[in-house]
Amino acid sequence: MDTEGPEIEGLERIDNDIWQVPMGYKSGMRVPGRIYLSDKLFANLEKEAVDQVANVATLPGIQKFSMAMPDAHVGYGFPIGGVAAFDAEEGVISPGGVGFDINCGVRLIRSNLDKSDVDGKVNDLLDSLFKAVPSGVGSKSRIRASESELEAIFTNGSRWAVEQGYGVEADLTHCEGEGCIEGGDPAQVSAKARKRGRPQLGTLGSGNHFLELQYVDEIYDPVAAEAFNLKQGQLTFMVHCGSRGAGHQVCTDHLRNLTRAVEKYKIDLPDKQLACAPAQSEEAQAYFGAMASAANYAWTNRQIIMHHCREVFEQQMNMDADELGLDLVYDVAHNVAKLEEHNVNGGKKQVYVHRKGATRAFPAGHHEVPKAYRDVGQPVLIPGSMGTPSYVLCGKQSAMDVSFGSACHGAGRVMSRSGAKHTFRGEQIQKDLSGQGISVRAAHPSVIAEEAPGVYKSSSEVVDVVDRLGIAGKVAKLMPVGVVKG
Amino acid sequence: MKKYEYIEHTADARFKAFGSTAEEAFANAAEAMFNVMIDTSGIEPQITEYIELQAPDMENLLVDWLSELLYLFEVNMVVFSNFEVFAIEKKGDEYLLSAKAEGEPLDLEKHVFDTEVKAVTYNDLGVQITSQGVTVRITVDT
Repeated sequence: MDTEGPEIEGLERIDNDIWQVPMGYKSGMRVPGRIYLSDKLFANLEKEAVDQVANVATLPGIQKFSMAMPDAHVGYGFPIGGVAAFDAEEGVISPGGVGFDINCGVRLIRSNLDKSDVDGKVNDLLDSLFKAVPSGVGSKSRIRASESELEAIFTNGSRWAVEQGYGVEADLTHCEGEGCIEGGDPAQVSAKARKRGRPQLGTLGSGNHFLELQYVDEIYDPVAAEAFNLKQGQLTFMVHCGSRGAGHQVCTDHLRNLTRAVEKYKIDLPDKQLACAPAQSEEAQAYFGAMASAANYAWTNRQIIMHHCREVFEQQMNMDADELGLDLVYDVAHNVAKLEEHNVNGGKKQVYVHRKGATRAFPAGHHEVPKAYRDVGQPVLIPGSMGTPSYVLCGKQSAMDVSFGSACHGAGRVMSRSGAKHTFRGEQIQKDLSGQGISVRAAHPSVIAEEAPGVYKSSSEVVDVVDRLGIAGKVAKLMPVGVVKG
Repeated sequence: MKKYEYIEHTADARFKAFGSTAEEAFANAAEAMFNVMIDTSGIEPQITEYIELQAPDMENLLVDWLSELLYLFEVNMVVFSNFEVFAIEKKGDEYLLSAKAEGEPLDLEKHVFDTEVKAVTYNDLGVQITSQGVTVRITVDT
């Protein structure tokens, strides 16, 4: 079948939505690559992203395939949208498969409100949210964590926040891993990372991070929607951010350390950003302990942000928490490595699954899916770009066979930030969105241009691919009414 | 001679920086990185930070140098605009760098930020030394 798209020599189409990067694409590949794309998304595929899928396939102990989700684009080390699982004994752990913004992720909050309940109040809500959640470069929190508090955050994640009064117990049971990766080891988090992390709890950061006021525009799967407590017209709220400077510094410190380990363990690397070490080595386990700590910091951060946002809603709507019903639907990490059990070649196996710009998507019946959702599957949250729909999906059985229980994470960029600033003007985008009934607040207009809807692939096209592949099924579409950009 | 140039990249910022010496190329790389975040031309040299680093090779030294500046920017809240690398020397198995960075205190009322640089990557990293001069190549995560 002829397909309009880039000429990438060696890339083979093996099915609708499935492209194979064959073993011979690059020397040293241990498994083939798999890229999940529709014809339309294939047209935007960059050769460098394919090269990155092939690079990952050369790493020791990789299982089945080096994969890229439909939102894939070129990154550093792994492509963005990259998924790879490594044998827990024979494989490696690589910070290049997680990235600098460790546990960047998304949480979705439902409400008892209808879209019409905020008519005429959106701008006031956004202004108050913008004040309550420090955002942008150089923003600092009102909270200053002490050294012992930081240790508790690195070890216990969201539970620390809930114990301090930033939320309720149900927030934990409705969060991936209950807001914690076991094995967080604060001893592996440097003084520099702590110094960066201390003043940033409850801050949004910048770039593609956001708070978004949305409503449920369409329900595709009424059974799953009911389990998630979502219904047509309902007001929802989304938070997208990560581990801030603490995570960036953890990655920087351990990449440096692992760069040296690569020589020690004589690992041949096609890209230095893929620095790694044997999974059970001292260096890899040190990174894993630090990475888990930063992931736990990120969940704490999103928990505190949600708490501050709930307070804003209570004040602005003049309603109490019970009336508002601002319950956490779910929270997913999309830059993380986890030790999980998967079926490989007919047997159960412990693997380190690296998801870089990819979301976990466990199916119905999996013990890690919250009890309330276990009959339908784990909620998979896919934020759209500014002004475009976000989607709620639920993990399906095929994900366990196809992608180590993983799905896409977002829309995926197609235009560089500098290209975006040449093409778009922040003020104009803000005006256009306002015309569509979407208000935007940002620390600076340039961030609006950088994150303009036109710089991303269509989120709808991306989720349709994972839906067709049976990795995750569409449950609901959410449309934005107001955005606070970091 | 051109100090640096940006290269198109979908998600991040990539640039080359040039110098007749490694010291000059490293200083220009720092300027290129800060200019991703902010127009450094109006920033006064009110505060000076002295930096000394060591790394196993030139490429790691370059990553360490830029990472250290990002760390100082965030923790000390200083926006840098002037960079001087005094020396890059090989001593035993290690490369040593001594430098200073000058700038002014971060003021969110005054400083208009563009894209925040989160971290310095090893992706497509290069330090090229020829008889014509030194070119470094860097991708930063934004």
